Amino acid sequence: MYAALWRVLPGPVWLRIVFVLIMVAAVVFVLAAWVFPWIDVLITPTQEVTVDR
Amino acid sequence: MKNSSSSTQQPESTQQPDAAQTGEPTPAASTTPHSDLDDVAASVPPASGDEPAVADGEAASARPSRSKNRAAKTAPRPPVKRTFATKVVGVFGELLITAGVFVLLFLGWQLWWNSIVLTNEQTSDASSLADDWKLPVVTGTTPTPTPTTPDAAAAPVNYGDPAVMGSPSAGSDFAILYVPRFGADFKRTISEGVDPHTVLNKGGAGHYEDTQMPGEVGNFAVAAHRDGWGSAFIKINELQIGDPIYVETQDGWYTYRYRDTEYVTPYGVGVIDPVPQVEGATAVDRLITLTSCNPLYIASERIIAYGAFESWQPRSAGPPAEIASVVGSGN
Repeated sequence: MYAALWRVLPGPVWLRIVFVLIMVAAVVFVLAAWVFPWIDVLITPTQEVTVDR
Repeated sequence: MKNSSSSTQQPESTQQPDAAQTGEPTPAASTTPHSDLDDVAASVPPASGDEPAVADGEAASARPSRSKNRAAKTAPRPPVKRTFATKVVGVFGELLITAGVFVLLFLGWQLWWNSIVLTNEQTSDASSLADDWKLPVVTGTTPTPTPTTPDAAAAPVNYGDPAVMGSPSAGSDFAILYVPRFGADFKRTISEGVDPHTVLNKGGAGHYEDTQMPGEVGNFAVAAHRDGWGSAFIKINELQIGDPIYVETQDGWYTYRYRDTEYVTPYGVGVIDPVPQVEGATAVDRLITLTSCNPLYIASERIIAYGAFESWQPRSAGPPAEIASVVGSGN
């Protein structure tokens, strides 16, 4: 999977590393901005810091 | 391959019955189960191999792939043959690693990244809220409140019974909480209600809707997260007796002093009664109650911090000296 991705990338090794870093940063940003907040709402316990009956 | 190698090592006379059993110190000994076949083959061209290495190589390349794989186990490893199965296993493994990284990233986001984002949002929200409330004072005839704060700090003035605001609408920000023990620039909005998704997970504090308002006789009870979502109350266990807890509303500033801490179960609703833990009693004191989870990151209990009302000062008197520098956006 990742090996295939590495082979598809053009250019010398340093350029491929740059591409990979850019893609990793993009993925992390998308996760942090949209995916994780969505998951957070799904899995948050409804009552964690309050007292309730 | 074994046929040729065995024939080279054995004298011509003994080749027939025990070629496989006796004379195989070489790696090819692992293939003894096939010795019958090999012996038959060896007997046919007995004189063929007096050149071991070449014969080995020729035989290996001539045999079908099964014996080639056997050779790969013992010889210096040639490039691993990637069958369909190994590719599937490889991709599966990569997916598992990816999932693990995903979970770690989520934890990092929840405990670190998101808390920083929410804390910054809270600070700016609290600042703009205080700025909104500041406006009438600036436009009025009263001089700016800042010069008066040293006097107010030096000799606390009694402004009479504190003003008590009416109940705000659910989810609205109606107050700001300042606790210097939680950090010199600590300020969080207080919203009406303790719903996790609409109030608490935004990083601020939530006011239990059935409890009293700031300055009101009874119990002003608020909740906030301690382990993520801004971690507003992460230092709630570090409060020391007498620590000030300031609440700012549109009317002014209310000063409470931390009094004691209690640990209860998640169902210990007595802590937010007008007289905590005394159900139905008539309140005479003005209290503040902070609730959060305990232990940290486990949340099987609740930690409760109580404060007692000390004084209040109207908006015209300016903020208490200790928090004067953090009220509003500092302008």
